[in-house]
Amino acid sequence: MSRLAAENVTLAYDQRVIAENLSVTIPDRSFTVIVGPNACGKSTLLRALSRMLRPSAGAVLLDGSAISSLPAKKVARTLGLLPQTSVAPDGITVADLVARGRYPHQGLLRQWSADDERIVREAMAATGVGQLADRSVDELSGGQRQRVWIAMALAQQTPLFLLDEPTTYLDIQHQIEVLDLCAELHEEQGRTLVAVLHDLNHAARYATHLIAMKDGAVIAEGAPGDIVTAELVERVFGLPCQIIDDPQTGTPLVVPAARTSRKAATAGSAGAADRADSLPV
Amino acid sequence: MNATLKPAKAARRTRTVRTGGGLSLRLDLRVVGACLLLAVLALAAAVALIGSGDYPMTPAEVIATLTGGGDAGQTFIVQDLRLPRVLVGLLVGAAFGISGAAFQTVSRNPLGSPDVLGFAQGSSVGALVVIVFFQGGTVAVAAGSAVGAVVTGLAIFLLAWKRGIQGYRFVLVGIGASAMLYALVLYLLTKANIVEATRATTWMNGSLNGRDWDQVWPLAALCAVLLPLLLCYGRPLRMLEMGDDAAYALGVRVDRVRVVVLLAAVLLVAAATAAAGPIAFVALTAPQLARRLTRAPGPNLLPAALMGAALLVAADWSSQRVFGADQLPVGVLTGVLGGGYLLWLMATERRAGRI
Repeated sequence: MSRLAAENVTLAYDQRVIAENLSVTIPDRSFTVIVGPNACGKSTLLRALSRMLRPSAGAVLLDGSAISSLPAKKVARTLGLLPQTSVAPDGITVADLVARGRYPHQGLLRQWSADDERIVREAMAATGVGQLADRSVDELSGGQRQRVWIAMALAQQTPLFLLDEPTTYLDIQHQIEVLDLCAELHEEQGRTLVAVLHDLNHAARYATHLIAMKDGAVIAEGAPGDIVTAELVERVFGLPCQIIDDPQTGTPLVVPAARTSRKAATAGSAGAADRADSLPV
Repeated sequence: MNATLKPAKAARRTRTVRTGGGLSLRLDLRVVGACLLLAVLALAAAVALIGSGDYPMTPAEVIATLTGGGDAGQTFIVQDLRLPRVLVGLLVGAAFGISGAAFQTVSRNPLGSPDVLGFAQGSSVGALVVIVFFQGGTVAVAAGSAVGAVVTGLAIFLLAWKRGIQGYRFVLVGIGASAMLYALVLYLLTKANIVEATRATTWMNGSLNGRDWDQVWPLAALCAVLLPLLLCYGRPLRMLEMGDDAAYALGVRVDRVRVVVLLAAVLLVAAATAAAGPIAFVALTAPQLARRLTRAPGPNLLPAALMGAALLVAADWSSQRVFGADQLPVGVLTGVLGGGYLLWLMATERRAGRI
């Protein structure tokens, strides 16, 4: 029994249906990554899993009960989310922003317990922003800021943690930094992570469980090494490619076919994508 | 320790109070200081205002009279004539201040204030309808204006609602409503005879002149319920500042918080306007000034309420002192000061690329 699952959900914004009869189960203690082309419904699925979007049919189940029927604060103690866009209030310090992650554990008369203080300190240490505690969030770089938001979600102390495109808008070194941090949270703290990522290679490298989506449906899911094939990438993204082993990690690495060989493929030669030896390095 | 790692200018000094039973309060010392300062200022202005008029009294006499030590004449002047006016001023200022802070936080926009959104015009329409078509008395005019404000609030709510309330949509709908309602005000004025029109424009200026206990009680009752209610919503409102998604993720019931907070704020604006007329720009400026004083993120509800009370009573006192007793309605003074502030705000917002 998995803690988080979507059962036969239909997801729609107003009348526009994004996905119909979609079922997804998030394996416990996995680092699940959802990939797919733009508008395939991956962010929409994540919004549904994090109860931001109420399915028009079916249900998202958290520990076996419909997530929409659970008290909001109780859900927030089990399931954390790093949204795509958040606004840091003007002039707020790193420590104060991270402290806001304790909100679901607090109340009008339980504003700041000794536990809150310790957990916030630990969250900042785990994300490497402890030294920035008294700095204003406005002055930080994009990568630092993203780590602060992750620290806030960590302070929420949820066994499940959802991230919506956490690496978008970041430079490559900060993208890797954020993904490394996610991997640490997964491996060392045993949290279940679910992330939507744009970069297929990042997904294949970091995920323990990959979900590939297209047009609102799951095309394949499983360990990246088992499911990432040239056929799958072509089917999901419409991109002819070659799959090689990542020289660093041994995970699948997607190398798009060269422009010339792709042209040959569309010209009718079905085997063009397989002519891997003709790809320039 | 590496000195470059601790600019620490943004660090806030806080004090935490914890009980053995697991209760805890966290106080930001600067915010506490600002609140105390504003409360003292508001009370000082109130004492000064009670002491000024055709029969001037020193602050010591005022305080002695308030605590039951004055002679019969002083007691009459203070208790029956001036105290109600000052209490209405304090309550109206606090109500405008806190509802301005609530509106601006929910719309995430310093322009998203009841003054800008057409509440003044909406309540004027309500008051004018009563004055022009029913020749109603003071109480009826107050009721009409309250109805006008509530209807305006609901209309803006419904028009701006699209999967929740979004800041800019809300402000733009409000500005549109304000323009239309103003046209309606002008139309109603053409229907009025000269006496009614004079009465209407006097009301529309907003004034504390001649307020008595009949205005104090309903306003005080409403404030006693709605101010604490809004203050309790300060914490979730603070989460809302980070965006709907972030607030949801932390377990804030975003839509419910918004509806409750805006309803309470609309009712406070309606009650305040009914008691004193649409006093301009207190709701717009008080939260921003309070924020600059506390330098704290968040809605700053209590500082905004105290700032509103201090501003309004101080403005009323100076309009009496500078322009002679009862000559200049306080709404005119706040209008001039607040209008200047609005211009400055628009210019800085424009420069920051937010409009």
